[in-house]
Amino acid sequence: MEVLRNIEARQLKAEIPGFAPGDTVQVAVRVVEGEKVRSQLFQGVVVARNNSGLRETVTVRKISDGVAVERIFPIHSPNVTAIEVVRHGRVRRAKLTYLRGRKGKSARIRERSQDQGRAPRGAAQRGRAPQAKPEAGPGEA
Amino acid sequence: MPGLIGRKVGMTQVFEEDGTVMPVTVLALGPCPVVCVKSRQTDGYAAAQLAFDKVAARKLTRPERGHLAGRNIEPHRVLREFRADEPPEAGTVLDVTMFAPGDRVDVVGITKGRGFQGVRKRHGFHGGPETHGCKTHDQPGSIGMSAWPSHVFKGRRLPGQMGNVRQTTVNLRVVRTDPDRHLLLVRGAVPGGRNSLVLVRKTRRVPRKKG
Repeated sequence: MEVLRNIEARQLKAEIPGFAPGDTVQVAVRVVEGEKVRSQLFQGVVVARNNSGLRETVTVRKISDGVAVERIFPIHSPNVTAIEVVRHGRVRRAKLTYLRGRKGKSARIRERSQDQGRAPRGAAQRGRAPQAKPEAGPGEA
Repeated sequence: MPGLIGRKVGMTQVFEEDGTVMPVTVLALGPCPVVCVKSRQTDGYAAAQLAFDKVAARKLTRPERGHLAGRNIEPHRVLREFRADEPPEAGTVLDVTMFAPGDRVDVVGITKGRGFQGVRKRHGFHGGPETHGCKTHDQPGSIGMSAWPSHVFKGRRLPGQMGNVRQTTVNLRVVRTDPDRHLLLVRGAVPGGRNSLVLVRKTRRVPRKKG
């Protein structure tokens, strides 16, 4: 088992920002088109995080031209080149499947200020930079 | 070149450069000293006997101890023969450096024992209907004809012991070797549970001709 953990540890990414369901996140994906390699951005709400260690994945949901799109990214895949937290959301469950039936007003997620709620996974080791308290008015953007 | 003796460590996954996930089995192989060499003249076949897994001398029987001590090889738990037309000299020590990524290997192991199993699990029979008044849900059904031939044909698939048999998985690709830790990573699954004994050799499968 030790041996397996070793092999897996070598493939883990060193730096993954702390983010949790409800956060809005921008994922950079490496896309190979024939000869060309380019980076594609996918921005949306984190709906779920599944599995752990090397097999951990994140489900990101966005509304693209009125159509809801959910993509599942293996966090440690070399094709996922960067994950950036755009906004912290305040939610009360780990899997946001309830978003699926909703749109517009009812699909809003309140913003979480730093001192509010539980810190997301991995936030501690990264030490989030202190940021100005977000302006009042829940559910913008 | 013969092969290597080792143990199955377990399975995990490896990301390839293009991001695809490859399932791999980790094997801890060797180092295996060549104990003795069998030749066509003296034994009727050509092979090399390898040893694996060092143990304290008291763990072995006296004949085993003598067999190894007489050839100046430390006590090992496991002895296995590998057929080889040109066997290496007795005394040489083989390890995973004999394999390289991209090689094709066969892995021999003992499958997990599943005990006495019915025909559904053992042979994938469908069984009978669960409802509509049917009274045979999990039976093999008819196993033959009548007065002729008056016996059940050989090879009829019936309930019985499942697993715990020697099985070879052929033509597995070597993904990575780690000579320092004596590890071999092989694509796909391999018979047996964790820590079970495995034999690895260069594949006997002849590569398919192209075109």
